Amino acid sequence: MKLKLPHMHRTMTVHLIAVFLGLAAGAVFMISTGNNPFAGYAYLFKGALMNYERIGNTLATATPLIFTGLSVAFAFNTGLFNIGASGQLLAGGLCATAVGLTVVLPKPLLLLLMLLAAIVGGGLWGFIPGFLKALFNVHEVVATIMMNWIAYWVVNYTVPAYFKGEFLETESRKIPDIASLRVPWLTELLDGSYLNLGFFIAIFVSLVIWVILKKTVLGYELKAAGFNRHAAEYAGMKVNRNIVLSMTIAGALAGIGGLSLYAGYAVNIQIGILPNQGFDGIAVSLLGANSPIGVLFTALFFGILHSGKGFMNAMTEIPPEIGETIIAILIYFAATKILIERFLDKMNTRFVNRISVQTGEVIEKGGN
Amino acid sequence: MENPPIIEMKGIRKGFPGIVANDDITITLQKGEVLALLGENGAGKSTLMSILFGLYRPDRGTISIKGKEVQISSPTQANDMGIGMVHQHFKLVHNFTITENIVLGLEPRKGLGMDLESASKRIKQLSEHYGLNVDPDEKIEDVSVGMQQRVEILKMLYRDAEVLIFDEPTAVLTPQEIQDLMKIMKNMIDEGKSIILITHKLKEIKAIADRCTVIRRGKLIGTVDVADTSTEAMAEMMVGREVSFTVDKEDREVDKKVLEIQGLNVINRRGVMGVKDFWLDVYGGEILGLAGVDGNGQTELVEALTGLTRVESGKILINGKDVTHSNIRERIESGLAHIPEDRQKRGLVLDYSVEDNFILENYGDDRFNTYGFMNRGAIRENSEAIILDFDVRAGQGSDTPARSLSGGNQQKAIVGREISHNPDLLIAVQPTRGLDVGSIEYIHKRLIEQRDSGKAVLLVSLELDEILDLSDRIAVISHGELIGLVNADEIDENEAGLMMAGVAKGSKS
Repeated sequence: MKLKLPHMHRTMTVHLIAVFLGLAAGAVFMISTGNNPFAGYAYLFKGALMNYERIGNTLATATPLIFTGLSVAFAFNTGLFNIGASGQLLAGGLCATAVGLTVVLPKPLLLLLMLLAAIVGGGLWGFIPGFLKALFNVHEVVATIMMNWIAYWVVNYTVPAYFKGEFLETESRKIPDIASLRVPWLTELLDGSYLNLGFFIAIFVSLVIWVILKKTVLGYELKAAGFNRHAAEYAGMKVNRNIVLSMTIAGALAGIGGLSLYAGYAVNIQIGILPNQGFDGIAVSLLGANSPIGVLFTALFFGILHSGKGFMNAMTEIPPEIGETIIAILIYFAATKILIERFLDKMNTRFVNRISVQTGEVIEKGGN
Repeated sequence: MENPPIIEMKGIRKGFPGIVANDDITITLQKGEVLALLGENGAGKSTLMSILFGLYRPDRGTISIKGKEVQISSPTQANDMGIGMVHQHFKLVHNFTITENIVLGLEPRKGLGMDLESASKRIKQLSEHYGLNVDPDEKIEDVSVGMQQRVEILKMLYRDAEVLIFDEPTAVLTPQEIQDLMKIMKNMIDEGKSIILITHKLKEIKAIADRCTVIRRGKLIGTVDVADTSTEAMAEMMVGREVSFTVDKEDREVDKKVLEIQGLNVINRRGVMGVKDFWLDVYGGEILGLAGVDGNGQTELVEALTGLTRVESGKILINGKDVTHSNIRERIESGLAHIPEDRQKRGLVLDYSVEDNFILENYGDDRFNTYGFMNRGAIRENSEAIILDFDVRAGQGSDTPARSLSGGNQQKAIVGREISHNPDLLIAVQPTRGLDVGSIEYIHKRLIEQRDSGKAVLLVSLELDEILDLSDRIAVISHGELIGLVNADEIDENEAGLMMAGVAKGSKS
């Protein structure tokens, strides 16, 4: 443990530098549009955190991102690139909404059933690409992108056909309060924010995923295949089964994100949208170093940016697109973290070299 | 000295965080000689040559070329000064022709296009002059590894290099190709070139080098004339203790049959029969050496035996049990262990720690697996035992990432893991490839221990010496067929070489 700490420390330093550079680049944009970046950031963070309600909304915004981030990170840890979190989120959300709109049960049981439905829906959307990869070596990037569009069109057909809203063709009926992850005591506590049980499920699931990856035999096996598929095969691991399992779990994670989005943050499901949260999940995972805990914090940071940008726009002349731009730049810096690492190494080498040369000289002089 | 040496590196020091890779090292290279640079893996040979080639800058020390002090800050500059390096891992563009690869970086122009014709002509001339036998119009992907190396050599000659650095040039070559390379090197010396040969193979130093500089743990041990120094003495300088070359092995009766291969046919990745109607039994208490030139079906045979490849027809039995269609895990459980040919591709998960690599096959055992959770205590215990038993040197003990072990220690870790399973059948493929003499000696000792304790060992190696030293019986494979099976004491190197080339010996014994 003592030896792993410096490594974790280093990863965190690198990612904090990426965040700092992203914010600095955002400041440059603000200046170039003729605005004061300090005021801009002050309003951005105020908008996200200035009172209980806004804090609650920030957390609620972050919740689906935690799930999609975990989904991408989990697949990535096992050597798979899950681009399909959007579709899995939709599939999970649709199944959960369908249960919420049709089944009548006491709230705890109903929510549990909806959770199960979300897991099944998202899981299926992960299972299919995993299965195709294991059996026919279809690349998961291609398969998951296709599955995104299949989910999109399934929602497009199913919602108007079976769950049409009272006024609009383009969205489902509102789910009843009994089928919502929002609970009165929480809403009241945070002055009417959107914060719902989904956030607490997200924290719990992050911990579970962390435990699976770090502590269990399953995690050991899945990661081995991710790091070196040839060695996993050599050792007699069932690599194909693990691919299917890993994609199914990743899909299920994004599926729960769908539950939290459509039955917690929102109250119904719209058609014609491939939710952005799925793609943001890739960024969250990347910036969070593909670790569950990193994902949790990164998603919260993204939540701040997303939910604060409206307030910033209202209070200043800064266009809301700056928020998106900062996120985009962050992703660039996170993706090029190797450059940051190299820079840190260089500083480190210089420092150590200087010391060792100095001490070397001292010893030589002493010897003379 | 009448003439200043063509290259003199004086008092070179180079430190990296945590280690001093070169500490006050001095070497000289005279015109027209082969200087061998001898040292174990990680001794600092490559660092020293990287400094000469302009990849690193020394912390201290000077480099002189023909008596003139110079600064070399990039490989291009090194090339301009007449220094060329033939790397261990070739740097070639596979879908380019040989000519295109050689002119890369200094393409001859003709108007707007390239003048490949004159380049090709010059390459042909150079090739004939040095006896390289290269066809400039062939594509790299169509030529053998040995030929690719010659292309690398030609690249240097084309750039008028006067000093050629060879980094472990024979590691990837077959015995025949090694002989050819030696000839080419002699031709180059005759033409007035000078060569620095980085190696840890003493036989090659004896065969070609004039002088030998020995480095151990970053420090200069000394420079000797090869002609008046025995291989034993050089080995001792390199390792720092006496090394035994003869393998001590007592005669012993064989036990029961452990592995039976019956009429095995295997189709390889190119869709042709890689192993043809192969019959072989391996007994407990013997080392059976499988000799052959690279690419003659060894890989296919091993993959079929270990379960990595499907068998077309025929049978494989371990301890009398038919495992032809068993999966890899079942074969491991039947008593099979496998030291793979490519330790980094198959043998290790480089991003895992040493201790996690030690449980790669048996992580699911009850002792490591408590209700699905990793039993860290037992994993650590297992790891400490293997590290101690197999002398795996890892900077941070069990926590060390496998990636940061030296090649020799990575191999010892794999050997340790496989032997610690106490297998009835150990398939060891190239178990000492690219290792220094110290590690080779150690791994050989452990293989013989396996044999002495009544286990079966199938040794697959391209090093004929290794096969001849260790084996009780020798099987020779050529074009996927068993061409001969003899007792080790009934065959010498020449006969074995002939059989490897596909000429069967009188009759099977």
